[in-house]
Amino acid sequence: MDAIASNAPLVVFIVIGTIAVAASFLVVMMRNPVHSALFLLLTFLCVAVLFVIKAAEFVAAVQVLVYAGGIMVLFLFVVMLINVRHLPDEKMTTSYTLGGIGVGVAIFVLFFAVVRTGAYHDEAPNAAKKLTTVREQVLTQHPTDPNKLVRKWRAKDNRNAEAIGMALYRDYLVPFEVASLFLLVAMIGAIVIGKRELSALEEETAPDYMLERVETEKEVKDLVNAN
Amino acid sequence: MPFDATDIGLSILKIAIVLFMMLNITPIMVWVERRGSALIQDRPGPNRVGPFGLFQSFADALKFILKEDIVPAGAHKWLYTLAPAVGLFPALTTIAVVPWGRDFRLPEKVWFGHRFFEGRPLFEPVIANVNAGILVVFALASLAVYGIVIAGWSSNNKYSLFGGIRASAQMISYELSLTLAAVSVLLVAGSLRLTDVVWEQTKYFVLFDTIKIPAWNVFSPAMWIAFIVFSVSAFAETNRLPFDFAEAEAELVAGYHTEYSSMKFALFFMAEYMAMGTMSALVVTLFLGGWDIPWYNEPPTWQGFVLSALFFLVKVSVLLFVFVWVRWTIPRLKYDLLMKIGWKVFLPLAILNIVIVAAFIAAGWL
Repeated sequence: MDAIASNAPLVVFIVIGTIAVAASFLVVMMRNPVHSALFLLLTFLCVAVLFVIKAAEFVAAVQVLVYAGGIMVLFLFVVMLINVRHLPDEKMTTSYTLGGIGVGVAIFVLFFAVVRTGAYHDEAPNAAKKLTTVREQVLTQHPTDPNKLVRKWRAKDNRNAEAIGMALYRDYLVPFEVASLFLLVAMIGAIVIGKRELSALEEETAPDYMLERVETEKEVKDLVNAN
Repeated sequence: MPFDATDIGLSILKIAIVLFMMLNITPIMVWVERRGSALIQDRPGPNRVGPFGLFQSFADALKFILKEDIVPAGAHKWLYTLAPAVGLFPALTTIAVVPWGRDFRLPEKVWFGHRFFEGRPLFEPVIANVNAGILVVFALASLAVYGIVIAGWSSNNKYSLFGGIRASAQMISYELSLTLAAVSVLLVAGSLRLTDVVWEQTKYFVLFDTIKIPAWNVFSPAMWIAFIVFSVSAFAETNRLPFDFAEAEAELVAGYHTEYSSMKFALFFMAEYMAMGTMSALVVTLFLGGWDIPWYNEPPTWQGFVLSALFFLVKVSVLLFVFVWVRWTIPRLKYDLLMKIGWKVFLPLAILNIVIVAAFIAAGWL
């Protein structure tokens, strides 16, 4: 029994890791975009499980909350709204295939080299500073009365939520704020591009669903103005 | 990780208790819903099967099992079958991190010649007391929309698809304010763990050195905006009536489950009522003191646990009735109104409440 319990993380890692790799492969191979999106969702969930094995509950929960719960919902929303059910039979191999495989192999070699040399196994440069302690409430036995429990404060290692909070909002506050500013700029840019009128050249090349949407919007506007 | 038989046994016991409660929420709430709507609309309601029509739900369940299970010809078979299970999964699992009673130390016992509970292990009435508690709740709850979206898309029916698209758009607009409203509570508790949130609320606010008010977050002067935002968003989260746009029987036939029949349809039904139970438990835990009994110090024994668990159940039941009450009182809103409320009203209000709570904490009032 103890052997099973101590090997459980390894078994879970092998099973979930295999599913994650297979699912991410299927994301690229599926012909139907909705299927691709759902396999991407499966990949995200598997990665969250891998985080849990490493006792990073916070990162796992955020992974599910942000990627599975937020971003993938938007992906699916867009894919379903455009409703591309039947893609024309495109060739599976295009001129990009070779380059894509090349980039994939290069990144794999890079990751493999980093993990092999043990960059991840080294101690953090200033481990003593990073692992501060926080106060936590615990239930303990009353000193005299055995039927009573009292809640006491005790110091514990600063982990997970606290550690990430400290890192993001104290040690790396400026990069964090700069990143959020970049995201804001990207969002404003997307809104500006989405809201403008299409030029004549773009109207020729734009896909049908976009033109239909513009036309319906115009019709609605005219109707509102007429009334 | 050593293998601890007592620990695993207790976990299985806790899971069994919670699963029993969750599975029974659906038949009981269907009965409450039908009798409650009858009460509100001044008609008798189901009253033939058993006393007060109590066994009506079980007759319905039997009917669901016996009905023909139809898969439409144009549907995507795999996803069509998978969707109800995907919808049920978050509804069943979210409750795992919510504490439902006061913890106590188990007394040492001798049963069948074996000694049990050596060293008096702590019995915590929560299935998984994880560090990132509330985040796990929101992470799992955010997956609930996939059941609806997949069902809507795989049915190959335009009403179903509209239901699915509406569900995903709706979810994006309320989820942010739901989470931000909970942040206020976490600021006061100083922890993401839901057991800590409840323990924080077992204290008292003392007015004029005489009047003791339980320190439930709903009574906190800095917290009522968050309470309102969270409760209203909870209705959207469970797809209940002022916000049931994914179903909207007046506009979309039956929305995402138009094509579903038999047990597959029943699974969606169960998921909705279980989500209601989970959200009620969450509102109770975050704002209404969890299992705390006001003006009473629960003893750290099994009696205290049973009392607090019963009190928790009473609070959740009251909130479940509020869900029914609201459904039969407020008509469905216009579809775009929820998104407008979510982004333009609730999101700023939730952020404002975080600032207020932070100011209260900085001033040392909370």
